Amino acid sequence: MVGILALLSLALLSVYFRESDSGPLHGAQDAGATVMRPFQVGAERVARPFRDLYGWFDGLVGAKEENERLREELARAQQQAIANLNAAQENRDLREALDYQDLPGLGDYRRVNTRVVAQQAPQFSKQIVISAGSSAGIKLHAPVLSAGALVGEVTKVTPDTALVTLLTDESSAVTAYTIRKGALGIVESGEGGSLVLDNVPKDKDVTRGDLVATAGTGVERLPSLFPRGIPIGTVTSASQTDTEPFKQIQIASMVDLSNLDVVTVLVR
Amino acid sequence: MTVDALKVTAIVFVAVVLQSSIVSTIEVRGGTPDLVLVTLVAIALLRGAIWGAAAGFAAGLLLDTASLARLGETSLLLTVAGYWIGRYGETTGRDRTHAPVLSVAVVTVLYAVGALALHVMLGDPVDAGTVLVGALIPGIVLNLLLTFPVYALVRRIIGRPEWSAQEVRLLG
Repeated sequence: MVGILALLSLALLSVYFRESDSGPLHGAQDAGATVMRPFQVGAERVARPFRDLYGWFDGLVGAKEENERLREELARAQQQAIANLNAAQENRDLREALDYQDLPGLGDYRRVNTRVVAQQAPQFSKQIVISAGSSAGIKLHAPVLSAGALVGEVTKVTPDTALVTLLTDESSAVTAYTIRKGALGIVESGEGGSLVLDNVPKDKDVTRGDLVATAGTGVERLPSLFPRGIPIGTVTSASQTDTEPFKQIQIASMVDLSNLDVVTVLVR
Repeated sequence: MTVDALKVTAIVFVAVVLQSSIVSTIEVRGGTPDLVLVTLVAIALLRGAIWGAAAGFAAGLLLDTASLARLGETSLLLTVAGYWIGRYGETTGRDRTHAPVLSVAVVTVLYAVGALALHVMLGDPVDAGTVLVGALIPGIVLNLLLTFPVYALVRRIIGRPEWSAQEVRLLG
C-alpha cells in the first residue's frame, strides 16, 4: 500500500508537471482550493486578534526610537511634499503643452483588494495564495501591491484564488530604477530573503536612501508587466569593487513581505 | 476502524488548514514550524506505518491543494515520512517516551533534505544554504516546541496504540 501511495504521488507529480493549466489535475486542484478557502479564511480570522496582539507587543520594543525617527522623516516628507506639488503642477502643464503620450500608469488599472489565505513553505518558495481569482478579473502576471508598494506578481489563477510569487522568490525579477538619478537595474531576491538591485553600471550614482520603483518599458514588442513608478523599496547600501562589473546594491522593501495580510491586485 | 479513519481525517484536515493559513506565516530566525509534519509523526507513532503513510499522502495532497503547489510533491515526501515514522513506532520506538521528540527532530532534517532534493530535481531555484543551514535549526526547535502539545492532543483524540492494549491483555 505504501508503495502504491508513493507511486501515485509520483504519477500525480509527473502528470501535473507536464499538463497545461487547463488540464484535469489543475481543474481538480482549483475545485479543491475553492472548497478549502472558507476554512482558511475562517482560521485566519480567528488567529487575527492573536497576531495583532503579538504585533502590538512586538511594536512596543524600540517604539521610542522609531517615534523619533518617524518624526524626523515626517518633517522631511512634508518639505518634499510641497516641492512635489509644485513639480507635479509644472509637469501637468508641460505635458498638456506638448500633448505628451505616456506609458500606462497606475491610474489606468482597476484595483482588486483581497486577503491572503495561505502561504507555501517559505524556505522553498516565497509564494502566497490570495482569496480572489479570475472571477474578480485577476489575470496572469498582474502586479500585486501592499500599502502602495510592489510585492509580487500573479503566477497562477483559479476562479476564486490566485497564487502570487513574491519579489523575494528566487524566480522573481523586475526592471526598476532609482527615482533620484534614474539608474536602471533589475530587482531580484538576495541572500536570506533580502532584495538586490542588480545590473546597475558602476558609473551610476546610487546612494543609501534612494527610492526604487518599477521601470516599465515602452517597447511595444516586449511590454512590461508592471506600470512605471510603483514603489518597491529604498536603497540600504550601495558599493562596488574592481572585480565586479556592476554595483552591489541592497534594497529594503517598503512592506514586510513575510507578513502580508491584505494585498491589492492591479487589473486592466 | 471507520471512526478512527474519520478522526485521523479530521485531524489531518485541521492541521493542513492551520498550517497553510496561520502556521506558515510564523517565521522565527528564518525557521517555520511544520504543524502537519508534527501531527503526522503523532499519528504514525500512535497508529503505525500504514496509517502514517496514508495520513501523509492525504495531508500532502491537501496541503498542495490549499497552497496551489504542485500536486504530488508534498504527498510523496509525507507518505515516505509517515511510513518511516510508523515503522519506527511499531519497532524500536515502541512505548518509548522520547520517541515523539526523536522522531520529530530526525524527520524534520530528512524532510528538509528530501524536499530540497525534489525541488532541485524539478528545476526550482532553491538556496540550499537557506534550507539546510538558515532555516533548519530554528525549524527543528519550533517543531520540537509543538511536539508535546500536538502529540498529547492527537493521543487524546485517537487513543493509545493498538499494540499497547494487546500487550496489556496478554500480560494480564
